[in-house]
Amino acid sequence: MNAIEIKGLTKRYRDVTAVNDLNLCVEEGELFALLGVNGAGKTTTIKMLSCLLSPTSGTASVCGHDILEDAMSVKSVINVSPQETAVAPNLSVRENLELICGLYGFDKEKTRQKTDAIIGQFNLSSIVKKPAKTLSGGWQRRLSIAMALISEPKVLFLDEPTLGLDVLARRELWEVIRALKGKITIILTTHYLEEAESLCDRIAIMRSGQLAAVGTAQELMAQANAATFEDAFVALCTR
Amino acid sequence: MKMLTFAKRNFKEIIRDKLNILFGLGFPLIVLLLLSIIQSNIPVELFVIEKLAPGICVFGLSFIALFSGTLIARDRTSALMLRLFTSPMGADGFILGYLLPMIPFAIAQSAVCLGVALLLGLEFTANLFVVIAVLLPAALVFIAIGLLCGTVLNDKQVGGFCGALLTNVSAWLSGIWFDLELVGGAFEKIANALPFAPAVRAAQNAYAGNFSAIMSDLWIVIAYAVALTTIAVIIFTRKMKADQN
Repeated sequence: MNAIEIKGLTKRYRDVTAVNDLNLCVEEGELFALLGVNGAGKTTTIKMLSCLLSPTSGTASVCGHDILEDAMSVKSVINVSPQETAVAPNLSVRENLELICGLYGFDKEKTRQKTDAIIGQFNLSSIVKKPAKTLSGGWQRRLSIAMALISEPKVLFLDEPTLGLDVLARRELWEVIRALKGKITIILTTHYLEEAESLCDRIAIMRSGQLAAVGTAQELMAQANAATFEDAFVALCTR
Repeated sequence: MKMLTFAKRNFKEIIRDKLNILFGLGFPLIVLLLLSIIQSNIPVELFVIEKLAPGICVFGLSFIALFSGTLIARDRTSALMLRLFTSPMGADGFILGYLLPMIPFAIAQSAVCLGVALLLGLEFTANLFVVIAVLLPAALVFIAIGLLCGTVLNDKQVGGFCGALLTNVSAWLSGIWFDLELVGGAFEKIANALPFAPAVRAAQNAYAGNFSAIMSDLWIVIAYAVALTTIAVIIFTRKMKADQN
């Protein structure tokens, strides 16, 4: 079953077409990467799928809910970890997690259980009482992703989740993402090609708002007749 | 539930910002202390505590526009807002979530101000509770201005408009520092047409027990509170929708 079905999705600004007639399906439980150079339309696509932006034309459904007609149902089954760290600066780590639980309608008991569980899963126990603004960039990013996961989303959008993280923090985050494989559908955008190659089931490459290619890393390499995934990416982006 | 969670978060964000406490509580109290000291050293009744304390309460409330405006403007430009907008909370949750936490803050601010005034010689009467109630429409005026400014301005502009301009304009036109009739003319007319001076007079009458005189001023404040809140809600909702296009 498809978790996401995109049909002719288009976003036009005055004289720029950010996303142009995008058609794509993502299966339930799939870890799917959206790649492309800056301005390719990845973030705009994610914003439309998460009901932050209205498409100019076309539509999409997330877990069977139409993004135009049933935005609230879409919002109740998704969560997003935006490109920039998205935490409430003056709240503690625990309070940030509890905030998300409350916004998704969890009762007190479920909030406590989910918060304790995610603190354990993300090794946040040593910083649980610290205000988010005092955390390092890596810890803030980790908290931001924990906040995206705590609402038990069926579809999780990770917009460049490892941007600005050091190698160790990135590897740790990869393990967290790997552990989610098959359990929820994840749409990941990244500029780190090895991240997409290593983690994702399938990869879509966007170019100038359009879908340039889609397939597994091996399929894309074969399609571009390239020896490495990076060469395949460059070939498909510039074709 | 969702709205209350968001309101709780906003309350915590505000009270944990030390600058908010310093300006919102500290500054009006310093002014109250200084003017009380001046009063004790001059022969004329210029800053009598019975008139001054309700006035300083209104002055203190003007900082609420700064707090709420800054919080909303900062949220609007932060990635956290993207996260909140993707949550299943509607526009009403956002608006009430920003408005409601300001009310207990306004009550606490007025209570602290009047409490310090008690230490400075203000007589304790049950009318103090009426003063706090009468100040609520004025609080709503400033909360609505904060929502409006936070929606259309960035946090630096909110600082300039609400922090510098609004606090000064509301103070000068409120009749706290001097009798408006002494200036007279257009200044007095403008001051009486705006909600600040009527709010101060209504609070002063509440403390004095002149209850029949309260409503003639309070209705002006209530009208401003209703109008500004309506405008702020409409603009906030429109901006939310416009951001999606």
